[in-house]
Amino acid sequence: MTDTVLEVDSVTKTFPGVVANEDVSLTLDEGEIHCLLGENGAGKSTLVNMVFGLYRPDRGTIRVRGQDVYFEDSGDAIAQGIGMVHQHFQLIPVFTVAENIILGNEVTKGALLDLDTARRRIHALAERYGLAVDPDARVGDLSVGEQQRVELVKALFRDADILILDEPTAVLTPGEVDDFFGVVRSLTQQGKSIIFITHKLREVLAVADRITVLRAGKVVGSTTAQGATQQSLANLMVGRDVVFRVEKADADPGVPVVRVRGLRSQDDRGAETVTGLDVEVRAGEVFGIAGVEGNGQRELVEAICGMRPATGGRVEMLGEDITDWNPRRINQLGVAHIPENRSKHGVVAQYSIADNLVLNRYSQAKFSARGVRNTSAINAEAAALMEQFDVRATGASAALSTLSGGNQQKVVAARELTGELRILVVAQPTRGLDVGSIEFIHRQIIALRDRGVAVLLVSAELDEIMALSDRIGVMYRGRLAATVDAADATREALGLLMATGSSSATDREKQ
Amino acid sequence: MSRPGKAEAGITRASGHLHRLLTEAWRLQPLYVSLYAILLSFLIGGVLISMIGVNPLTAYWALLRGMVGNGERLAGSLARSVPFIGSALALALPFRAGLFNIGAEGQLLAGGLTAAYVGALSWMSDVPGIVAIPLILIAGTMGGAAWGGIPGVLRTKTGAHEVISTIMLNSVVLFAARWMVGSRDPVVLRDTDSTVPRTDPIADTAVLPELVDSQPVLHTGLFALLGLCVVVAFMLNRTNFGFEIATVGLNPHAAHYAGMNVNRVIVLAMAAAGAFAGLAAASEVSGTNGHLQPGTFFLMGFDGIAIALLARTKPVAIIAAALLWGSMLSGAPLMQQEADMSIDVVRIIQALVLLFVAADAIVRYLFQVREQGQQGQSPFQAASVEGAV
Ligand SMILES: Nc1ncnc2c1ncn2[C@@H]1O[C@H](COP(=O)(O)OP(=O)(O)OP(=O)(O)O)[C@@H](O)[C@H]1O
Ligand SMILES: [Mg+2]
Repeated sequence: MTDTVLEVDSVTKTFPGVVANEDVSLTLDEGEIHCLLGENGAGKSTLVNMVFGLYRPDRGTIRVRGQDVYFEDSGDAIAQGIGMVHQHFQLIPVFTVAENIILGNEVTKGALLDLDTARRRIHALAERYGLAVDPDARVGDLSVGEQQRVELVKALFRDADILILDEPTAVLTPGEVDDFFGVVRSLTQQGKSIIFITHKLREVLAVADRITVLRAGKVVGSTTAQGATQQSLANLMVGRDVVFRVEKADADPGVPVVRVRGLRSQDDRGAETVTGLDVEVRAGEVFGIAGVEGNGQRELVEAICGMRPATGGRVEMLGEDITDWNPRRINQLGVAHIPENRSKHGVVAQYSIADNLVLNRYSQAKFSARGVRNTSAINAEAAALMEQFDVRATGASAALSTLSGGNQQKVVAARELTGELRILVVAQPTRGLDVGSIEFIHRQIIALRDRGVAVLLVSAELDEIMALSDRIGVMYRGRLAATVDAADATREALGLLMATGSSSATDREKQ
Repeated sequence: MSRPGKAEAGITRASGHLHRLLTEAWRLQPLYVSLYAILLSFLIGGVLISMIGVNPLTAYWALLRGMVGNGERLAGSLARSVPFIGSALALALPFRAGLFNIGAEGQLLAGGLTAAYVGALSWMSDVPGIVAIPLILIAGTMGGAAWGGIPGVLRTKTGAHEVISTIMLNSVVLFAARWMVGSRDPVVLRDTDSTVPRTDPIADTAVLPELVDSQPVLHTGLFALLGLCVVVAFMLNRTNFGFEIATVGLNPHAAHYAGMNVNRVIVLAMAAAGAFAGLAAASEVSGTNGHLQPGTFFLMGFDGIAIALLARTKPVAIIAAALLWGSMLSGAPLMQQEADMSIDVVRIIQALVLLFVAADAIVRYLFQVREQGQQGQSPFQAASVEGAV
């Protein structure tokens, strides 16, 4: 018989205009991985934020090891051995890993920070749970996967034995996900208990002991991994049958409208990561770029969209040489861009939904005249788009930061997938979205393709690439190692190409 | 459980009530920090005053009468406050774009110098006031804009941080002004008939009409600066440029992605700041002094920083904050006369106000913690519900 370490008992939480959690109950046993599932905005983050002391429940009780607890802030929760890795990381980029980890829990020697002791403890933790981190690296220089390990170490550093992980895998590459699950398993073996939020049903079935599904703030089901399938979970979450396969007709491609020739570009540290890349995308097709993250996909997308200078080569769109154009001009040509890093590039968190929906079109005649904003037109547009894309929020004037992560992504999608577009550049378009919303976004992308839009899709999800693309290019060390017809592509062949940059099978195909 | 003492909880709850009163009942949410700061500073000031052996109520009563005791004092207080509006706006607008302009002090002087130079040009007395007055105001505005634009350009071209470059430019213009206005050999701007260093008197036609013959004189420059506040408020709240400024300030990466010209916004914001300071300076040269002395604007730029932060960089609140600031300074002498309290007490209270307000804002600024729970800066910032996160 295992002990229950955490009990959430009939908890209710409302925000103005929304019931985020209604009468939610949940238990977490020692050494257990308990998965929380639910649509975007179902209330998962709200629930765990209450457990971590960031929000206070309106009603209901939280018990830790049988004791009622009332947290005033996260400090109280930490004192009870609860740690959390947030959906949006909370690290300070200019500080080192060690500084970030001890922040708020400073190890001191007299009046001075005792970084040495901290470093030693970090090493010990890293060792014990298989979490490789370099205490002296600057957090801003780390990859997302590494930053996440830092967040985990930070929680463990404060002796957390109940860990809350809010969509930890959304931003990881497939390889990092495997490592991450290794860590999670070693954590539970050593007695830690974990609440794990994700939208990836495959992961749920792989690691969960128990699963609780939320819909519109209420618990709609609870099951074990053994008793569930992806389809049953998806249906439970969304409340209807979800189609996983993207229904699409064969593409009817036209002339090439994107022509990239010998493109070179550098990352923020000045290393050349796009090394003479050629690609052509035709009107009416989806060209998918697969590849292990860090092979230059980010720089490629930014260089194409005018956000990063090309150090060599040229980019042509719709017959124009746009190599040195700024993002506004490229956008006006009819090029939409869903950026990979939503919170960094795609939105202003403090702005209302409406202002985010016009972030790059505020100066169009529709939304302003002689430099003066037409607020009513902006709000009308926002209301329409929110309806069309099913953005769940209290209204167009709500701050974007009050939206659930998935709904924030829908705002970006709504902005970029509408309007007069001829070319669409999308990076990780469904990151953080629930299965229902993924289905919706995928359908939108295919609908645009069918209207003759050229789509360049970059995604770390091989499934997504394979489901949407008509042709697939595998990016390896800054170039396309191979281009294959989606119809002929297999997971295995693509995986091999991604890992090594070559495969005999595709070499034959190319001839 | 896991809560400290009961007493502490009680205090927390009591201040929670006060807080709710201020935020919900009065709908002053973004300004509550400022109201707290003022309240607290006067309380501490009162303690200081009583430690010196003076009854704080007597002192404050005298101060209040000095500020608004009769029509003339009220006019004097207003007059004293007017230029602060300009120097505070000079901080406020760049602040919205994420820039910390410490240079209003120098921008005032640069604007004042151009205004004094243009106002004293020999042909100015031949043109009517309707031409001469706009000319002198425009001259000051342009002078300030040019001086303010420099750190903007430096920032975009070389990455030099505007805090450093504006501080240095303050010194440059201060010493340049001392020399230009003070030197007799060669004579640059000095009025050689005057025993103290000052510029030639401006033409009578370039003098802004007087409203009240108070100390200092209340003149029509008041309308220019009030009008400026309205214009800036409109610009920030309702125009595309204001939207660009706010976006650059809140998330420059997103601004870049959205096709905004971030560098242009930075340069324009700094130049506009200089222009505001320059207009304030020109209005002073024209309406109050009729000439420029190198020390005329001493501390006015730095007071502007305090006022703008107190007003949470909101243009309309800046009017109120500038009034408070200016009238405290103009009321202090009566407190000194009647309560025998040094006018420095007013300066101490003001310093405390700034400390309480800025501890928050400056710390956030320097550490670039902008994402969370920060409020009351950009007009486009939607009210964030639940301050918990
Ligand atoms: N601070 C807040 N103020 C107002 N409403 C909020 C706030 N935080 C969350 N909400 C609302 O509460 C609901 C639940 O949000 P929550 O973030 O818990 O969803 P979620 O299940 O984590 O979704 P996702 O999978 O998209 O991250 C949403 O409707 C959201 O808009
Ligand atoms: Mg969430």
